[in-house]
Amino acid sequence: MKPDIVIHDPTDSVGVAVVEGIEAGQELAVWIMDTNENTSIVSKDPIPLGHKIAMVDLAEGDTLIKYGNDIGKVVADAPTGHHVHVHNVKTKKW
Amino acid sequence: MTATIKAYRRENGRVGIRNHVIILPVDDISNACAEKVANNICGTLALPHAYGRLQFGADLELTFDTLIGTGANPNVAAAIVIGIEPKWTQRVVDGIAATGKPVAGFSIEEHGDLEIAAVAGRKAQEFVQWATELQREEVPLSDLWIATKCGESDTTSGLASNPTVGNMFDKLDKQGSYLCFGETSELTGAEIVCADRAATPEVRQKFLDTWNAYNDMINRHKTSDLSESQPTAGNIAGGLTTIEEKAFGNFQKIGKECKFIDVLEPAQAPTKGPGLYFMDTSSAAAECNTLQAAAGFALHIFTTGQGNIIGHPIMPVIKVTANPKTARTMGDHVDLDVSGLLSGEMVLDEAGDALIDMVVRTANGRNTAAETLGHREFIFTKLYQSA
Repeated sequence: MKPDIVIHDPTDSVGVAVVEGIEAGQELAVWIMDTNENTSIVSKDPIPLGHKIAMVDLAEGDTLIKYGNDIGKVVADAPTGHHVHVHNVKTKKW
Repeated sequence: MTATIKAYRRENGRVGIRNHVIILPVDDISNACAEKVANNICGTLALPHAYGRLQFGADLELTFDTLIGTGANPNVAAAIVIGIEPKWTQRVVDGIAATGKPVAGFSIEEHGDLEIAAVAGRKAQEFVQWATELQREEVPLSDLWIATKCGESDTTSGLASNPTVGNMFDKLDKQGSYLCFGETSELTGAEIVCADRAATPEVRQKFLDTWNAYNDMINRHKTSDLSESQPTAGNIAGGLTTIEEKAFGNFQKIGKECKFIDVLEPAQAPTKGPGLYFMDTSSAAAECNTLQAAAGFALHIFTTGQGNIIGHPIMPVIKVTANPKTARTMGDHVDLDVSGLLSGEMVLDEAGDALIDMVVRTANGRNTAAETLGHREFIFTKLYQSA
């Protein structure tokens, strides 16, 4: 099945939209690359192509996991299905 | 079975896939004369650039390494060097001549542009007529030195186009190819995971020392999110949020198995035999590519998400994207579309093989999108102010 969302690693807390035009309230097909598993999620925000969707409830102070690794800190709550980007995640580096 | 390509075997044994006769200015004020020669003699290519005056120390040495390395690159059949003063002109000529290829130098002082354009033009004509009789011969694909970089990356880069390069690198590494990746700052957040891909503890430490030095430089000058430079506004529009996320995506280009066997200074040619090399470079595309070409890499694999359009004057740049929108809206810049990886129509092994096929075709003579569009970005890395 053609995925709407792709996840690198099963431990990732976000997935990536690989189709254009995802609106809030859509049931989305999810493919986990590393394990070749399929699941699904309902979007709560529009998710532009290439942007991330929260696969779990993310709270301020959490570490965001992608590629099975730390890619930054959550600076504003992002419940499951919501858009995750620069408005709620910041680098821990610079 | 090892693939073969049809390529030019140069005097020093290196393999080139293009046959340029370049007109290389030593300094900024010699660009105009170099361009006069290139305008007069068909089949030559001028390589104008911004520097070469009043540099000193390591910064000057890097400019010499870049000039000499570019002229020495096996994609160059012969070179005309034009500078304002004789001494630095001769240094570039001597450096390129060490490869055994034809090279001649001319300095403008006491003569003027028009006289030098005439004498350099006669020599350039001789070089072109000699170079155009050179024949391609069958050589192993592993004799082709290949570098990589990504630019205007987005999340599709880390998901698909960079892993495609990684898949090819894992395959070519086993065949004994020379491979190169760089982008020191863009490994930030993934630097420990990257260091663990070093072949030995010594190389691992050399990588970490190099990354730390670059990171210290950034920390000395840093602004919030580096003024939308890392990630860029284009990266952010494409869904990348932090430098760490960009770094883990970037890092996919070196595959899952191959290990890097040395850390190269900017523009430094590899000396440890076949294998994967890390080069200390800026993550700005044209700077990185120019340094990799100056180190002798003859073909470049450039992945893009949002649509970086870069090329290089003498090193063909193959553009790969996995972003279906970019493939649709900027198809004139794309050599290989691997967006099928994201729609489930293609698996990674197939994408890696498709890239190898594109490498062979490009090596055999197919012009890349960037070549047909005239992208010849030749940009020097400047270490500090001139005197």
